[in-house]
Amino acid sequence: MKEEHTQPLFDKGNLWCPGCPLGLIWRKILEVTGPMAMASIGSTCSGMSAVLHPSPVNIPTIHIGMPGPAAAMAGISAALEILRKKGKRRADEKITVFTMAGDGGTADIGMAALSGAAERNDDGIYICFDNEAYMNTGIQRSSLTPRYSWTTTTISGKPQFKKNLAMIMAAHGIPYVATATVGYMADLTKKLKKARDLGSGFKFIHLLGPCPVGWRFPTNMTLEISRLAVETGIWPLYEIEGGALRITTDIKHRKHVREYMRPQKRFSHLDDETINQIDRFIAERGSLDLQICTPQPFSADDGERRQRQVDSD
Amino acid sequence: MAVESGKMMITGNYAAAYGAKLARPEVIPIYPITPQTSTVEKIVEFIDRGELFARFVPVESEHSALTIAISAQAVGARTFTASSSQGVAYMHENLFVASGLRLPLVISIVNRGLAMPISILPDQGDSLGGRDAGWIQYYAANAQEVLDFIIRAYKVGEDRRVLLPSAVCFEGFLISHFTEAVEIPRQEDVDAFLPEYHPNHVILDPSRPMHIGILVNEHYYTEYRYQQKVGMDSTFQVLDEVTREFQDIWGRGVGPIETYFADDAELLLVTMGALSGPAKIAVRQLREDGIRAGLVRLTLFRPFPGKMLAEVTGKAEVCIVLDRNVSIGSTGILYGEVTTALANQEKPKAFFNYILGLGGRDVEPVDLKRTILNTYRCYTEGKEQEPVSWVGVRGL
Repeated sequence: MKEEHTQPLFDKGNLWCPGCPLGLIWRKILEVTGPMAMASIGSTCSGMSAVLHPSPVNIPTIHIGMPGPAAAMAGISAALEILRKKGKRRADEKITVFTMAGDGGTADIGMAALSGAAERNDDGIYICFDNEAYMNTGIQRSSLTPRYSWTTTTISGKPQFKKNLAMIMAAHGIPYVATATVGYMADLTKKLKKARDLGSGFKFIHLLGPCPVGWRFPTNMTLEISRLAVETGIWPLYEIEGGALRITTDIKHRKHVREYMRPQKRFSHLDDETINQIDRFIAERGSLDLQICTPQPFSADDGERRQRQVDSD
Repeated sequence: MAVESGKMMITGNYAAAYGAKLARPEVIPIYPITPQTSTVEKIVEFIDRGELFARFVPVESEHSALTIAISAQAVGARTFTASSSQGVAYMHENLFVASGLRLPLVISIVNRGLAMPISILPDQGDSLGGRDAGWIQYYAANAQEVLDFIIRAYKVGEDRRVLLPSAVCFEGFLISHFTEAVEIPRQEDVDAFLPEYHPNHVILDPSRPMHIGILVNEHYYTEYRYQQKVGMDSTFQVLDEVTREFQDIWGRGVGPIETYFADDAELLLVTMGALSGPAKIAVRQLREDGIRAGLVRLTLFRPFPGKMLAEVTGKAEVCIVLDRNVSIGSTGILYGEVTTALANQEKPKAFFNYILGLGGRDVEPVDLKRTILNTYRCYTEGKEQEPVSWVGVRGL
């Protein structure tokens, strides 16, 4: 009689742009969670487009505005917890609660709610699908847009650094933090499964998703760009569990960032020298706490020094 | 048959906490804000002592408080939250979400002025700012009404004919911190009155996947809004049934309108909330002077009980609306509603509006009476006067 479960969890047809990795990602997530899952979604490419009628996503979801996804996830898990304790839901049921939100909804307008839910260690897997700008509204910069990137609101390149979101989340002391990207699907799958099986608490996955439309690269290059982000050291893949950081994909022979940046027209205004500078940075610093052109200061002095170095090198 | 119940000396904020506790909410996200804070403190105490089996979420903002209440309610938990002033403003976008999703959660709002300038004292502008958001709004005039309305609000809001969120509003300090004797109903009586929340219309459950909070096009938006209107319109009927049942059990429970010497009144005051206190005294004093004054107090602002108001005001000559709030650039907010609702009535013939008591400014019955007398005399003498006046502004 469970007719709904004979439907595939991720069905045919969706509204994402050609070359968008979100179909792959949603299918993978639902494969890991199975039908016993619920999601809060953000007002994003990753969320709204997933549930526009008719939706390919066949699990229950709730969308409560732009700043809401972390708090909505917290509300779902709080309700499930108390309803199980009260006997209104089966005590032994296992439902994976997760959030699918974008970079702006996560690191800009939703940051307070995100930090609050993490600090309370509310239960769920928060997946930040990071395409490095407000793509759903047409490519406006966010705090996760990398330095130098063109967007419609940073016409001559973004002057500021990208927030190191995964490290910010790790600083909350939550049970699990990981970076991932669509080009390393096996790595992503392992991390999703680990987050699913870790037990109650706030799990955070920062998932880089190349956007052909916003990053200005050919639609057949999505997975290649994703892999290049890792291979050039721009997007290190790691996980932090119990306070210990572990690199999950070791890059033995790092490629020059040129290979990642040159196919993307959002960086087309950069000269070779600037790109070399970025590459030197990554080489010097190691890639661990760097996320594209993002030397994260450990102290104010340190940051200032590095900023000067970027400008004068 | 009235049931025995305990009487306690408690504040309006504690009455809100007791009302919530008796309704057995399951998820309670609240952010502290003066003058609401003693409600959240009392609720945490109830949970800590095991008197209330609920999950308290110590949220980082009011915005998240309402987000969590909405999503928890969507999972099927009964929820409660409380706020005031800036907190209600910070929740504002989510007011529309809760109503649009037809989730019957309940909030207690302690009315407090909105900055700037900062005031912690009453002005109803905070909750009235949400008047177009599709929430049922009750305005209590004492602690007992706060408790009673919270219990009734769940029953009305959860009724299948209504399915809307509700706000129980009361003025900061005047009600929130004033200690009064309050009848606390017995839990088993409330349990019999208010069954568990088992939603069917909007529910997050893996056994029947549903996307909640989706994008619609022009073919659906109007119908969504219209259905909210239908639910809101049904509130009158449902509230009436619920209030009768409440009265049968507990022997009290004011309806959408309370009248005071209104039957034969030629001069009628209309207000909501604690302003009815000094207004009642002024009515008695005016009666002593031979003027047939009366008062109508609204406890229900949304839906606006215009028809009921018309029934009790139809004989009055003059109507003065007392507003502890103002829509800058227009009039007092209640005045706008009253004049619209009574526009096609033959009587009252004249409407006046006082803006008073803002930011906790004391309203002395004797001053109020003097001002009313002045307005009334000018009217009877046929002198022209502005319909809207700010009462007691220093330097005027």
